[in-house]
Amino acid sequence: MSVPADASSGSPPGLRVSVDLNLCQAYAQCCYAAPRHFRIEGHEALIYDPAPAAQDRAEIERARVACPVQAIRVEDPGRGT
Amino acid sequence: MAPSSDRAVVVGAGLAALRGAEAMREAGFSGPLTIVGAEPYRPYDRPPLSKHVLAGEIPAGATTLPSNLGADVEWQLGSPIARLDRTSRTLHRADGSTLPYDRLLIATGTRARPWPNPHEGRLSGVFTLRGRDDAAALRAALAAGPRRVLVIGAGFIGCEVASLCRQLGLPATLVEPGPTPLGRVLGSAVGAFIGAMLTGRGVDLRSGSEVEWLEGEGGRFVRAHLTDGTRIDADVAVIALGAVRNTEWLDGSGLSADPGGVDCDATGFVLDTEGQPDPCIAAAGDVARFPHPLYGGRRVALEHWSHAAMQGIHAGQLLAGAKPESPYAALPTFWSTQGDVVVKSAGLTEGADAVAFTQGEPGSGRFIAVYGRAGRCIAAVSVDSARWLPAHAEMVAAGAPFPPQGTAADRPSKGIMVLAPGFP
Repeated sequence: MSVPADASSGSPPGLRVSVDLNLCQAYAQCCYAAPRHFRIEGHEALIYDPAPAAQDRAEIERARVACPVQAIRVEDPGRGT
Repeated sequence: MAPSSDRAVVVGAGLAALRGAEAMREAGFSGPLTIVGAEPYRPYDRPPLSKHVLAGEIPAGATTLPSNLGADVEWQLGSPIARLDRTSRTLHRADGSTLPYDRLLIATGTRARPWPNPHEGRLSGVFTLRGRDDAAALRAALAAGPRRVLVIGAGFIGCEVASLCRQLGLPATLVEPGPTPLGRVLGSAVGAFIGAMLTGRGVDLRSGSEVEWLEGEGGRFVRAHLTDGTRIDADVAVIALGAVRNTEWLDGSGLSADPGGVDCDATGFVLDTEGQPDPCIAAAGDVARFPHPLYGGRRVALEHWSHAAMQGIHAGQLLAGAKPESPYAALPTFWSTQGDVVVKSAGLTEGADAVAFTQGEPGSGRFIAVYGRAGRCIAAVSVDSARWLPAHAEMVAAGAPFPPQGTAADRPSKGIMVLAPGFP
């Protein structure tokens, strides 16, 4: 996963992603939409990148919209939320 | 609606605090809003700390939570509150500075329960895991390639850390006084499965064992001594003995608070020592103890992610002046990732007198266990079977008869296996 260091690095503000893993049922649609930022381990353990770079916003938005249980929340300081 | 001149303060800067502040704004509160946090960080997500951060996949600083709060919020971070004076509606810091409020949200959460011997607890190589800094420090210690990691306490955090050490190829010993891991939350019938899974992944599990003392050499932890005389040589010890609620700052405030939490009424307002609600103050998240309507009004304080988010929203709406239609009654839920195995739960298992396997079976590694009490379903736990949990959660929320009628969903020829849950 591509993860920037902490937000103090001076690069353009990245995205913030959190997934409600109570809701997540491992349909893995996010993994197809944004494979560099979401993956499933084992049967249903979702591993995700909580701080994707700003230029990946289209992929992340695809993943957010694709989630059948709407478990993905995204903040995009470059665009508001 | 609160007058816009009212000042709102949120004490605490975790998930419940963040969602509470957002909910106040979304409900139309337009007065000054200040969020005061003891740590120097914006609200961050804790679940990744014991998983992806320890694994080295993401830095601890990447866990800042998404938020829709704008610039109309004042952040006072690294600034713990020492005392609450409700008479003058003032918060006091240790340095003597003060902060007035008209509306107050208490969301100070918990901290890791420390090792009981403070001298041993301060040895280099001894860690607890609660905050961002804890995770960063423990990650550095794991990355240094310790000979062995000793994890003390097989609750969710302890089990997650032990699993993770094995994923990293580190030798790991997990010491637990009870008969199985997770016995207090899941009972030994389901806990035994978790124990077998951990053992299968190479965790050296010592159930029924207790650490008596931690030995240091030159200020560094080198080994643990168990009460039965066994020694365990290790470079890292992780103390995973649960959490203590941050309520000390409420001493002398006249609120009903103790290490088990601050009491709230069914609406969400905090109670004073006479049992009267304070209509200026609400509480949410791990620190809030409230009567849960699903469990006969039993007072509970829940340390779960979704509870912090949902109760934070409820409390924020309350403080913004919204009149809740009903008491906060969300079904408690949690998840835990043990290595690559996902354990999820809906409801509270406490007091269960039986457990039924309604889907899959423990031996297969994927199953649903439903907990019953006095003939009603009170909780359901899924292991790598998350898609089956919502239907079972509905049974719990409805207090459906226990054991569930019929046969196991995936084994129509077999009845449902019912066992004693094995709670201590």
